[in-house]
Amino acid sequence: MEVNIEARRILAVSISKLYASRTQRGGLRLHRSLLLSLVMRSARDIYHSSRESEVLSGAQSAPEEPMDTSSSPGEQTRLPEPQPEPQPVLNSTETAPGEPDNTEDGCDSEIIEDKENLSPAKQSRKRRGKASAAPDFLPSKRARLEPGEERYEVPLGSCRAGESLTTLSLNRVIPAF
Amino acid sequence: VTGSPGGDMQWCFSQVKGAIDDDVAEADIISTVEFNHTGELLATGDKGGRVVIFQQEIENKNQPQFRSEYNVYSTFQSHEPEFDYLKSLEIEEKINKIRWLPQKNAAQFLLSTNDKTIKLWKISERDKRPEGYNLKEEDGRYKDPNTITSLRVPVLKPMDLMVEASPRRVFANAHTYHINSVSVNSDNETYLSADDLRINLWHLEITDRSFNIVDIKPANMEELTEVITAAEFHPHQCNTFVYSSSKGTIRLCDMRVSALCDKHSKLFEEPEDPSNRSFFSEIISSISDVKFSHNGRYMMTRDYLSVKIWDLNMETRPVETYQVHEYLRSKLCSLYENDCIFDKFECCWNGNDSVVMTGSYNNFFRMFDRGHRRDVTLEASRENSKPMQVLKPRKVCTGGKRKKDEISVDSLDFNKKILHTAWHPQDNIIAVATTNNLYIFQDKVN
Repeated sequence: MEVNIEARRILAVSISKLYASRTQRGGLRLHRSLLLSLVMRSARDIYHSSRESEVLSGAQSAPEEPMDTSSSPGEQTRLPEPQPEPQPVLNSTETAPGEPDNTEDGCDSEIIEDKENLSPAKQSRKRRGKASAAPDFLPSKRARLEPGEERYEVPLGSCRAGESLTTLSLNRVIPAF
Repeated sequence: VTGSPGGDMQWCFSQVKGAIDDDVAEADIISTVEFNHTGELLATGDKGGRVVIFQQEIENKNQPQFRSEYNVYSTFQSHEPEFDYLKSLEIEEKINKIRWLPQKNAAQFLLSTNDKTIKLWKISERDKRPEGYNLKEEDGRYKDPNTITSLRVPVLKPMDLMVEASPRRVFANAHTYHINSVSVNSDNETYLSADDLRINLWHLEITDRSFNIVDIKPANMEELTEVITAAEFHPHQCNTFVYSSSKGTIRLCDMRVSALCDKHSKLFEEPEDPSNRSFFSEIISSISDVKFSHNGRYMMTRDYLSVKIWDLNMETRPVETYQVHEYLRSKLCSLYENDCIFDKFECCWNGNDSVVMTGSYNNFFRMFDRGHRRDVTLEASRENSKPMQVLKPRKVCTGGKRKKDEISVDSLDFNKKILHTAWHPQDNIIAVATTNNLYIFQDKVN
């Protein structure tokens, strides 16, 4: 169960790093993107395999736990990326608020809940393309296609879509060059 | 003149270069440090695209205990920020690597590179200027030819030393991905440049073409599993070079075998310890630097937690492994969140290959004495910067009771990292770069 939570957190952090690196000076770094995708793959595999075993055993997934706030090296340095945010799929079975992130100091923590039940006022209307924009898996703005890329259409409100989205993001990291 | 760093030898502060200000300007962040082949010159490159060269003053024979100091010799802007209009990408001016050419004449030459372009710089001295022109006054105005009644030969008169840097060659447009290494061949005519997926071979005189000698780009980028992280020519065998990968492997290639060296002659790889497996196993096994020993029999690799020495005749495992900061293994998740896990540490050999050195966090750097199986942790800080002050070995407390003078892992400052270090090729003088300062230490002479 702890591995599951850890995997989710790592996945969220990785995805936010990936999106942040698109606006980095000097362009996308292939090496870094590769390493991020490897970590994401491990985390995703562990997360999904542990969720499958949850579903099989019929157990409820554990309630949300706050992020580890014990003193760690991370507190001494600012996270250069925006807040890691849980994906919609991670919260699809819960209506509790998303995990507050305490590793960043000086930034507002954005709490994104289950997108289906979100009141319009809370929905993020930020334009993508800014470094501080939230990673948003429901495409509110169409991304520019790289040559050879296909557009994946995701039906809104589909909880399970998150799975294919994660697959999408991992496989599409590298060809972004 | 090299001894062992552990017991008999002590390291002393010599100099520190750079701003004292705690507020670091991004352009001042040092990105590479390199001694030339005699050690007389020490070059640094920074994120702002500048190169600063220090020169060792002639030794003061009357005071042998004070080894000569390094003073600024030349400063120039090597690279400027550029924009790739086709890809809408900014190209950073940060100097990734500097490599000196062996000296052939009065001038000095070095290669400096950013992510995309390599430049050959000529650094030359001018300490004389001609005086007594026939057609010009001293201030440059032209004389009326009718007033000239006799001819004289201009004479060279001494002037204040001027050091000029001029770009002699620009090697551009050969790399799609980001350049991580350049290495001059022992033939002194060619050099290689490596990016994430390709290695190119250049002739120093020819800028409009290069030969691709390694290409690991897969036909389908979705199948990409590893990238090239560093490459270096063998110090004596001009046909041999190595390149390291993000998977922790090193490939040795022989250019005589075929034009394209995709197929390696040797593959150096150590099987992973399954008990150490974690989410971050791949990241920490990625090799950040590879360096041949001066004698050409060994090579050293640096990954996130360790330094490994490989015998070129044994591919199955390294002959020596040194833990740089093993106490970080339990902190990998935090180091991933704050991006430190992506830091690329370099490593270097001393002149006779008996000691290796690499950097760590909290402005610590580590030396490993191979022969005496001793290691030491030292710190580069302004607090220990009195002239000839002996550096006290530091110790990180890994658990349990913290002894006096020890520092606990949680107190380490991960913003203060030493990524770049260099060792004088003959002497016990080292250059250690903190974020924006360059420290020079030397061994205590009696």
